Amino acid sequence: MQIQSQKDFFAGLMFTIVGAAFAYGATGYQVGTGGRMGPGYFPLLLGVILAVLGSAIIFKSLVVRTADGDKIGKWAFKPLILIIAANLLFGVMLGGLPSIGLPPMGLIAGIFALTIVASLAGTEFKLKEVLALSTILSLGSYGAFILLLKMQFPVWPIFITG
Amino acid sequence: MELFENLALGFGVAFTFQNLIYAFVGCLLGTLIGVLPGVGPVATIAMLLPATYALPPVAALIMLAGIYYGAQYGGSTTAILVNLPGEASSVVTMIDGYQMARKGRAGPALAAAGLGSFFAGCVGTLILAAFAAPLTEVAFKFGPAEYFSLMVLGLIGAVVLASGSLLKAVAMIVLGLLMGLIGTDVNSGVARFSFEIPELTDGIGFIIIAMGVFGYGEIIHNLSHKAEDREVFTGKVKGLFPSAQDFKNMIPAVLRGTGIGSLLGILPGGGALLAAFAAYTIEKKTKLKPGEVPFGQGNIRGVASPESANNSGSQTSFIPLLTLGIPPNAVMALMVGAMTIHNIQPGPQVMTSNPELFWGLIASMWIGNAMLVILNLPLIGIWIKLLTVPYRWLFPAIVLFCAIGVYSTNNNTWDIWMVALFGVFGYMFIKLGLEPAPLLLGFILGPMMEENLRRAMLLSRGDWTVFVTRPLSASLLAAAAILLIVVMLPAIKSKREEAFVEE
Repeated sequence: MQIQSQKDFFAGLMFTIVGAAFAYGATGYQVGTGGRMGPGYFPLLLGVILAVLGSAIIFKSLVVRTADGDKIGKWAFKPLILIIAANLLFGVMLGGLPSIGLPPMGLIAGIFALTIVASLAGTEFKLKEVLALSTILSLGSYGAFILLLKMQFPVWPIFITG
Repeated sequence: MELFENLALGFGVAFTFQNLIYAFVGCLLGTLIGVLPGVGPVATIAMLLPATYALPPVAALIMLAGIYYGAQYGGSTTAILVNLPGEASSVVTMIDGYQMARKGRAGPALAAAGLGSFFAGCVGTLILAAFAAPLTEVAFKFGPAEYFSLMVLGLIGAVVLASGSLLKAVAMIVLGLLMGLIGTDVNSGVARFSFEIPELTDGIGFIIIAMGVFGYGEIIHNLSHKAEDREVFTGKVKGLFPSAQDFKNMIPAVLRGTGIGSLLGILPGGGALLAAFAAYTIEKKTKLKPGEVPFGQGNIRGVASPESANNSGSQTSFIPLLTLGIPPNAVMALMVGAMTIHNIQPGPQVMTSNPELFWGLIASMWIGNAMLVILNLPLIGIWIKLLTVPYRWLFPAIVLFCAIGVYSTNNNTWDIWMVALFGVFGYMFIKLGLEPAPLLLGFILGPMMEENLRRAMLLSRGDWTVFVTRPLSASLLAAAAILLIVVMLPAIKSKREEAFVEE
C-alpha cells in the first residue's frame, strides 16, 4: 500500500497519537457516568473522537489519489531553529538562567540578543544593519512599553540596577 | 425610543477625549500592524492585547475594537497592493483589487474598500444596537443544552470556513477542545494533563497559542521560501478617488455587500470571512454593464462588495458574543480573553449589569469606523511606504513584539518557553496543511462546552436525548447538520475548494 497524500498521512498519524494519549491520560482521572461526569469524561470522549478522526484521515491518505502525492516538502530547519532560539534567548535574558549562573540581563540585552539571532534566519545578514535595527527596537520598546504603558520589565542587567 | 436613549448613553461614554484618543491609537496601531503581510487581525490583536491591560475596561475594549477594524482594513491594503492576504477574508479582495493596482488604480481600489467599509460599518453598528436587546431576551431562555448545541453549530460553522480538508478541520477543532481542557477542572479541582507542572494547572494561555501558532509559525514558514517575485506597485498609485462612473458601479455593490455581511455575521461561525466570499460570488453573478471591466481583471465592484460585507459582518459578529457570550470566530475569542482579563464575563448579563460598557462599546464601534476613514484616506501613501520596508527588518520586530507580548501577560518566562513550543507546532501545522483557526476557536470553547454538557446532562439525569427534545437546542443542532451536509454536497465542495485555492 502506498501513501497517496503524505501531508494527510502524517497529520492523521499525529491526531491519532495525540487523541490516544489524551484518552489514555483521561482514564487516570475519575470518568463518572453521563449524568454525573467526572473530570475524565469529556477528555476521554474527545480523545477517542480525535483518534477516530485521525484514523479516518490516515485511511483517506492511503486510498484517495492525489495529483502530486501531496508531499510535505523540505523542513526549513534554519529559520525554525533560529526563530525559536531567538525567542528562548529573550526569555533567558529576561529571567536569567540560574543553572549556569547567568543573572537576569534585562530587556535591552534581550532585544539585542533576539534581534541578532532572529536576523540570522533571513537570507541576508548585515551586522551593522541588524545593530541599528536592535537599537531602534530598543528605543521604541522602552518608550512604548516602559514609559507609556508602564509594563513591569527588568530593563537593565540586575548587577547594574542592584 | 429606547434605542436612541441607549445610543446616547453609549456616545456619552465613548465621546470623552480620552476614549477618542484610545480609539484613534487603536485604529492606528491596528492598521500599522495589520498592513504587514501575513499578519491578520488575530495576530494583531494578540500582539497588542497586553498593551491594553493597564487601561480601564471601557477604554481597553474601545482600543481593541479600534485595533480590530484597523487590522482588518490594513489587511485589505496589503491584499490590494502586494497580492498578499493579511487574513483569510481579504483573499477575495485580492482577486480584483490587485488587478486594479496593476493597472495603476490602487487609489480608487483602496478608497472603495475604505468608503464601502465605513458605510457597512455604520449599518452594522445600527443593527447591532437594534437587535442586541431583543436577542439578549432570547439568550435568557438558553439553558445548558442550548448553549452546548449553539457551540456545536459555531464550531461546525468554523469548519465550513476552513480551507482544505473538512476532516482535518474537524480534527483541529477537537484538538483545540482538548488543549482547552488542560489545567484545573473547575468542578472537581483536579489538575488535568498538567504533568505536575504548577504553571500548567492554570491552563495554557490563549495568547501563547495565538502568538505561537499564528505569529511564529507563519514567520518561519515565510522565511522558508525566498521573497522573490512579489511585485509591489508603489510607484503607480496615482489619483486617490474613484471616478463618478466608479461610484455608480460601487454603490449597489456596497449595498448588497452590506446586506449579506450583516446577515451572515450574526451566524455563529459565519462572520466576516463567509460574508466576503458570499458577497463576491453574488457580485460575480450579477450582469456586467456594457463597458465594465470583467471580474478578475480589476472590477471595482469586486473590491467594494466583499469589503463592505466583511466589515458589516465583523460588526454583527459582536452580537453572539455580547448577547450569548459565545465567540463566533477566532477574533471574538480573543475579545473574550480580553474581557475576562478585565473581569467582565461576556454574556447577556453585561447589558444589564454594565450598560455603560455595553453601549459605550457599540458607540465606539461607530467611532472606530469613522476613525478608519479619517485616518486611512489621507494616509494611504504612508501605508504604501510601510510595505516597502524589507522583510528582513520586519520579521525580527514581529518576533520581538510577540515575545514581549507573551512575557507581559504574566511577567513570567514560563510563557516564553511555551510560546516557543507552540511556534514549532504552528510550523508543523502549516507543513501538514492544517488550518490553525479552528484550533483556536476550539481551545476557547473547550471549557465552556464541557461545563454546559455536564450541566445539561446532570439536569437530564444522563439522558442524551435532551439535546434533541428541547426545540431550541434541536433546531440549532439541525442547523449544524444541514451546514455539514451542504458543505459535503459535491457541487458546493468543488466551489469551496475553488474559493480557497488562492490561499
